[in-house]
Amino acid sequence: MLRDITLGQYYPVDSVLHRMDPRTKLFGTMAYIVSLFIADHLLAYVAATIFLVIAIRMSKVPVKFMVRGLKSVVVLLLISVSFNLFLTPGTPIFKIGFIQMTWEGVEFAAFMAIRLIYLVLGSTILTLTTTPNQLTDGLEKSLGFLGKVGVPVHEVSMMMSIALRFIPILIEETDKIMKAQMARGADFESGNLIQKAKAMVPLLVPLFISAFRRATDLAMAMEARCYRGGDGRTKMKPLRYEARDRMAYAFYLGYFVVIIAIKVLL
Amino acid sequence: MAIEIKNLNHIYGKDTIFEQYALKNINLTIEDGEFIGLIGHTGSGKSTLTQHLNGLLKASDGDILYNGENIYKEGYSLKDLRSKVGLVFQYPEHQLFEVDVFSDVCFGPKNLGLLPSEVEERAKEALEMVGLDENFYKQSPFELSGGQKRRVAIAGVLAMKPEVLILDEPTAGLDPRGRDDILGLVEKLHKEQGITIILVSHSMEDVAKYVSRLVVMNQGEKMFDGTPKEVFRHYKELEKIGLAAPQITYVVQALRARGIMVSEDVTTVEEARDEILKLWKR
Amino acid sequence: MGIIRAVNLIFDYIRHDDEQDKDEINHALRGVSLDIEEGSFVAILGHNGSGKSTFAKLMNGILLPTDGTVYISNMKTSDEEHLWEVRKTAGMVFQNPDNQIIGNVVEEDVGFGPENIGVPTEEIWERVDKSLEAVGMTAYRLQSPNKLSGGQKQRVAIAGVMAMKPRCIVLDEPTAMLDPNGRREVIKTVQELNKQEGITVLLITHYMEEVIEADRVVVMDDGQIVMDGTPKEVFSRVSELKEYRLDVPQVTELADELKAAGMDLPDGILTIDELVDRLVPILKEERA
Repeated sequence: MLRDITLGQYYPVDSVLHRMDPRTKLFGTMAYIVSLFIADHLLAYVAATIFLVIAIRMSKVPVKFMVRGLKSVVVLLLISVSFNLFLTPGTPIFKIGFIQMTWEGVEFAAFMAIRLIYLVLGSTILTLTTTPNQLTDGLEKSLGFLGKVGVPVHEVSMMMSIALRFIPILIEETDKIMKAQMARGADFESGNLIQKAKAMVPLLVPLFISAFRRATDLAMAMEARCYRGGDGRTKMKPLRYEARDRMAYAFYLGYFVVIIAIKVLL
Repeated sequence: MAIEIKNLNHIYGKDTIFEQYALKNINLTIEDGEFIGLIGHTGSGKSTLTQHLNGLLKASDGDILYNGENIYKEGYSLKDLRSKVGLVFQYPEHQLFEVDVFSDVCFGPKNLGLLPSEVEERAKEALEMVGLDENFYKQSPFELSGGQKRRVAIAGVLAMKPEVLILDEPTAGLDPRGRDDILGLVEKLHKEQGITIILVSHSMEDVAKYVSRLVVMNQGEKMFDGTPKEVFRHYKELEKIGLAAPQITYVVQALRARGIMVSEDVTTVEEARDEILKLWKR
Repeated sequence: MGIIRAVNLIFDYIRHDDEQDKDEINHALRGVSLDIEEGSFVAILGHNGSGKSTFAKLMNGILLPTDGTVYISNMKTSDEEHLWEVRKTAGMVFQNPDNQIIGNVVEEDVGFGPENIGVPTEEIWERVDKSLEAVGMTAYRLQSPNKLSGGQKQRVAIAGVMAMKPRCIVLDEPTAMLDPNGRREVIKTVQELNKQEGITVLLITHYMEEVIEADRVVVMDDGQIVMDGTPKEVFSRVSELKEYRLDVPQVTELADELKAAGMDLPDGILTIDELVDRLVPILKEERA
């Protein structure tokens, strides 16, 4: 189950998008999401589709791999589509009792579905082409100004990147602990809410103890490698805007002009 | 017969491009009272196989019969099976959770729905079997040494009175003495309690001394199955898959290659000593 | 004077018992002195609880001794001002491969150390390239550490230390959680670093077969050094090693038992070839 989620997984190939500055990608993703919510004309969606296709082609990530990420939002997609389909007032297509489907609803649902799919694909491209470390680096640098008002930006981003590294390990460990307790007759599924909560104790205690142990070990390992906070640190992969980033920003600008023009003119 | 495995397959990511056989066409019969070593390196499928034996994992196809009954039959209680086929995982840290040793060992029998008096009775018995006396009852399991933790973990499973006991790498991370203690304990359980034992390990030298049968796994398949002597004759093939036979096997083969016909049946240091001395004194 | 000098080290763990309101003192080290020559491969053996891991953690200031001094290339580990220089000089690899890799990508993890000590970007890349090459992990540089085997993870950890250009590496039971393949992989890597790069190695372990090729073997028991010599010297004392709860390789044990039965064999036989070479003439002569 958990291994099906593509969102938040890096796909290691070498492409222009992979090499692009994470800030450029972060900004682009945000701009793209905003554009999806501005867009309400067919032509705007054509533009958004072109944007997405270009990004996917440039990322060199197999489309199949990306589409797998959509599986995780199928339920959400179905719910929002059916809500729009049946609850939008307008010209009815058919009516059974109080349930009615309208032309407006069909249009709205279709746009909604496209928006949601594009939104997920757009952010999936970001995470597939950007290592979590680059992503936190990008956030750290973009939000660097907050450091001046006392927000520990470096520490927070370091914590995020460590969390990202340990989540898969802890998921695997949870699985092992569950199995070890099930081998002793533990039952995590049946019973009412209170019984279920109680059944979690044999899972959570070993998990927490292990997590604390890992934290202590990791702190020791980081110290042994001379980690002492953000001051005086250099970067292996410093963020520097290159020609491709400037081109990307120009492209975003062009894209936005088109989206807004469609919005205003049509 | 205790356990019969028939044409067992376990496939990860079935029908996707990531499809991969974790277990491939395994056939294996384990008789009551056997002491088996299940050997293979990481990723050979040995742990996956053991988790099928008590129903923690379900086979993609194939059957497992426990005492003649198919465990995949509708209505078969996996919970009962798990009390009959006890599985002790590699790291005791994955199962110890109670405030003291005694309560922790009580967890298994309590889950079986026994009366409190019987739960305690069983916990006491189990702790005695693993050699932990009353001084340990009220100690926190987290403050014990590695070897002691392992004993508590084994007791926690023994308290369910299993007929088959599977131990997944019970000596990982222990020092030589700790390792010998645990393996000695397992041997005692086999002899005195008559429990069928399946010992999972990646070390040939460790298990050669104790087991009467070795099953070698490689890439999800059963590669060899026989007495240690039979299996170690294939030492060259074992080497190819990264599992060296015990050093003694190499000494024997090297001596034979130089014309000193030491018996090939020799697998332990004691046997080798006696064999060589026999030739010497002649 | 050696690169690592431990002088009369004492280390006490103090555990506070809330219920009885008293402190329990556990003497992990009781006066350990050791002088390690630059460029050598030294193995420290001991059972769990012998104090060997505590000793390792004192080597780069992760722990500070209760009494006594550790000098790393003549710098005291207890001097605050030298702490980072000490840690750069004596790198450390730990037991659990998962709990010491910080980066989400192999190469980023290797670069973590140099980043911390302020190495310029270009040089970080050079160091990362070289370190990955040295441990044979270049092909995996863009992988996630979670996809690697235990042995590969430990090699990444070693590369991470190498990238800080240490003069010595202390490995605290780096193979305890690995299978035989992983163990061989890690030991081979360490041996190569010692031979080719001249890095001083201090390997802490309880696996005998890993120390056979060391220059020097030190055995610890109950917080003290109880044996110290070449592998041959140490392994010739089979019964003593067993008293310290340690194993000997099967060949060594067999040779020892044959010798006890009256065969004319030398002490401290460590390899199969050595034993067979000695046995063949003895047995052939008898039969002739």
